[in-house]
Amino acid sequence: MLEALIEPLQYGFMQRSLIVAILVGLLCAVVGSYLMVQRLALLGDAISHSVLPGLAIAFMLGANIFVGAFIAGVLSTMAIAWIRTRSPIKEDAAMGIVFSAFFALGITLITLIQKSNKIDLNHFLFGNILGVTSDEVWNTAFIAAIVLLVVGLLYKELLFYTFDPLGAQAVGLPVNLLNFGLMLLIALTIVASMKAVGVILVLSLLITPGATAYLLVKRLHQVMMLGAAIGIISSISGMYLSYFFNLPSGPAIVLVASSLFVLALLFSPSYGIFTQRHSDSGALLLWREIKQLIR
Amino acid sequence: MNTVTWSGDRHWSQMVCDLRDVAGERSALHPTITITKLSVQYRTVEALRDVSCVANSGRVTGIIGPNGAGKSTMLKAMLGLIPVSGGTVMYDAKPLMDQRDRIAYVPQRTQIDWTYPATVWDVVMMGRVRKSGWFRRFSGVSRRIAQDALERVGMSGYCDRPIGQLSGGQQQRVFLARALAQEADIFCFDEPFSGIDQKTQSIIFNIFHELARADKTVIVVNHDLGESITHFDDLILLNTELIAAGSRQQVLTQENLYRAYGGHVGFFAGEAA
Repeated sequence: MLEALIEPLQYGFMQRSLIVAILVGLLCAVVGSYLMVQRLALLGDAISHSVLPGLAIAFMLGANIFVGAFIAGVLSTMAIAWIRTRSPIKEDAAMGIVFSAFFALGITLITLIQKSNKIDLNHFLFGNILGVTSDEVWNTAFIAAIVLLVVGLLYKELLFYTFDPLGAQAVGLPVNLLNFGLMLLIALTIVASMKAVGVILVLSLLITPGATAYLLVKRLHQVMMLGAAIGIISSISGMYLSYFFNLPSGPAIVLVASSLFVLALLFSPSYGIFTQRHSDSGALLLWREIKQLIR
Repeated sequence: MNTVTWSGDRHWSQMVCDLRDVAGERSALHPTITITKLSVQYRTVEALRDVSCVANSGRVTGIIGPNGAGKSTMLKAMLGLIPVSGGTVMYDAKPLMDQRDRIAYVPQRTQIDWTYPATVWDVVMMGRVRKSGWFRRFSGVSRRIAQDALERVGMSGYCDRPIGQLSGGQQQRVFLARALAQEADIFCFDEPFSGIDQKTQSIIFNIFHELARADKTVIVVNHDLGESITHFDDLILLNTELIAAGSRQQVLTQENLYRAYGGHVGFFAGEAA
């Protein structure tokens, strides 16, 4: 069993995938925890869909696609904020409008260029972790280093701001700057994760590991650390599933992460459906949950 | 005779305060917050119109008025938390906005997500973020101050408790501890007594008065005109514009209350002159 897992690592592409899997699992869980606690999961989705046109345009211009994607991601958050503050449109509607428009533009552009260039739209949408180049490994490592350093340095300020933005503003913390910085970190993380999980499913790696950890531990840094462990386990497992069964890596990673979440939901000591009330049998409990849902 | 010794029941900030008094180092005794023509406009709705008044240090000041009178708005506008359409706020002869590190603000409890993954300790330490400075870890002094603040509100046994598992009164006391840990000069609270048990209310008022005795400025938005009103020294009575401001006795007249609330008002018996 162990040999079967180690054996593929003799290939260079598998080593690269492994590094990217670890970095992406770690990075997404840490940054995604901020999205979860601020109830901004949808924003993560919006940014990730919005990077696509930047990526395509960068490709056309021969520029670094990571930079292009990053710029598009940041532009989308600014567009969302602008619509929300300058019109009576609410934030969720603004997100829906902006990200679908960006996404449509991205799909159109990539479809136009993918025949003449050797790129595959599916790889951006659903990830292709086994196909990462060494340049992409370096890009991902560079982004991971920056993001983790910033989170480490600004941890106490970001904790205060995300918990109580008004209180943080009142003592004079530069809340707009912190918010913008957080958006930058999220956009960077999404760009770094693009190749592993794809833009459609990166939301899962941002939210699910953190949410799973949230069911098990009680403080933000614990959520981040346990979430990172869960994220790394998910992405490595997904990578192997992709290798052995020839699956797209994104969906494989997401399915592992989601399964771990379901386990935590059922068996978490504090919130678990099966662990909360000890006297009843599992089947009865499940029935009661279903009845409560449809009542 | 005037020896200052460490003792558990005295707050660190108070001690520093005493020391400064002894040394005569305070820039101004009894600094005052002076609000001049403060106005707030929400799109087309006027929320606050030309409010001018003062809040003195050494006093517990309540901001009262009917629903939608602009009480919270006034507090937020004073502290620069919402854009104002006009007016100035000065403190100690300088704009308050240049001295934000002297402010401790406690928002309404309902504005906070109490499912946030944080413990009581995490929240109280937020009071030390500004004092600690960028990129730095919390110092031993900061931990000591946070510990003292928790003791002062009677919550020191709850350090590791997730905030979601606290009662409303306990949550409010944790926020009060956070404000104390800030060692601020101006303490602002937005409806700290809504949904709070009697015991917590008296603990909180005791601390308010302790702060006032240490020459701090305490400003409290209060919705309730019941018994709690008797604990305030000064009142600011609002209904979009200023109705009255001054000592409690000056403000709580039949005429003022009628102008603020219209016909029917049930305030605490025996208070109105």
